[in-house]
Order: sequence, then C-alpha cells, then structure tokens
Amino acid sequence: MTVGLEHYLIVSVLLFGLGLLGVIVRRNLLVIYMSLELMLNAANLALVAFSRFTNNLDGQVFVFFIITVAAAEVSVGLALIVALYRKRRTAHVEDLTTMKL
Amino acid sequence: MQDALFYIFAALTLLCGFLVIANPFSRNPVTSAMFLVLTIASLAGLFVLLHAFFLAAVQVLVYAGAVMVLFLFVIMLLDLRIEERRKIKAFGLGAGLVSVGAILAVFLSSLASSRLTSEESPTLEGATIPLGKLLFKQYVLPFEIVSVLLLVAMVGVVLLSKKELK
Repeated sequence: MTVGLEHYLIVSVLLFGLGLLGVIVRRNLLVIYMSLELMLNAANLALVAFSRFTNNLDGQVFVFFIITVAAAEVSVGLALIVALYRKRRTAHVEDLTTMKL
Repeated sequence: MQDALFYIFAALTLLCGFLVIANPFSRNPVTSAMFLVLTIASLAGLFVLLHAFFLAAVQVLVYAGAVMVLFLFVIMLLDLRIEERRKIKAFGLGAGLVSVGAILAVFLSSLASSRLTSEESPTLEGATIPLGKLLFKQYVLPFEIVSVLLLVAMVGVVLLSKKELK
C-alpha cells in the first residue's frame, strides 16, 4: 500500500495527541512550552500534507506564517517565564497559585 | 523507497516526540529539548518527502536553530536542578489520557468517515520560486503584518526582561 494523505494525517494526529498529553501531564513550564511546539508542528505537518495532496500551494504559505508566529510566541513566552522565575524562583505550575481562591 | 523513508521518519518523529514529554531515564528539561530537536529534524525529513523543500529548510533553520537555542538558553539560565524530582500525579495522568483519547477518537473517526481521494499521484512541487511569488503577490499584506508582529514581540521581550517590572 502506497503512502497517501491518510498516513501523514495519522502521524499528525498522533503527534498532536502527544503534545496535548505533555501539556496536561507535565508540571514544568518549559516542558509544557515544548509540548505546545509539538502541537504546532503537528498542525504544520497536516497543512503541508493537505497542500501536497490537493495540489494547492496556499497550505505551505500558512505553514510559513505559523513558523514565524511560533518564533514570536516562543520568545515572548520564554521572556515571561524568565520574569516569573525572577519574582517567584520557580518554573513549576503547582507553585504558581496566586490566583487560587 | 519513498514509502520506507516515510515509515522511518514517521516512527522517528513519534518516538522522539514521546521522549520529549515522558523520558523514562531523565526528567531533565535539557534532554526534552534535545529530543525536540530530533523531532523537528525528522519532521523536516517528512516535509522533504512531501516535496516542501523550502519549508524543510526553514524548519531546520528557524526551529532547530533559533527557537531551540532560545529554549536551551533559558533552561541553562534558570538552573532547575531541584525541580527534577517531582512525581507525576495519577489524577493528572488519567485526565490527560482520557482527554487525549477523546480527541484522538474524534480525529480518527472523522478521518475514517471522510473519503479522501489520494489515488492519483500528487503533482505539487513546493519549490521556492512559486512559494515566493505567492508570498509576495497574494499574501503580501499578511507578510507585512507578520513583520509588525515580530517587531511588537521584540519590543515586548525587551520590556519584559528589564530588571524592574512595573
């Protein structure tokens, strides 16, 4: 059986599931960020696969924009984590309970 | 040949992705970051198999290069050695597995019920020239907006990393 669109979509879905599991299970802010990156990359893979198999280049332009926005998001998020660490000396979500009633 | 390469890269992507979130040997964020680099590199291999050569190059340059260096920089800066020993709670693991299973079930059932037409051989070539033409003709306004977004992010990061946060 030759590799088609379904195969790429299944890989993308599984990678997205792994990223979501990491966001929910892990308690370290940095690892949560990396899991977010996994989810973004899964969406990128699905977009590139659709763009290839439907013969339309727009999907690849979207992936280009997603990569750019993800780079901006990572820089701002990591700056937030560093600012948080300066104030609270922790990068662990269970220690961040300021908004808890 | 291409099919074998697809299976190799897909297995490598999923294995390294799993090791990012749950490495049985080490809970150190640095190893997670290293496996994320491997995941991104094998995803670039999948992009090459999909004939998206420019995006594969951008993926390696921007993600594996710039973003991961930023991650490693911050990990080294924070010095998280005390936090490695925390346990993963059973409740969190159960909730995560249930929600991920639900989302996977929705995705896979919609994939199974949709009739995808992938019989004909794909013809699209993601070469750089047509991509660049599309980017600078049809998508020139989003391109400029993204440049403004990058400027805003840069100003925000500079403001956030000042010593005195108001």
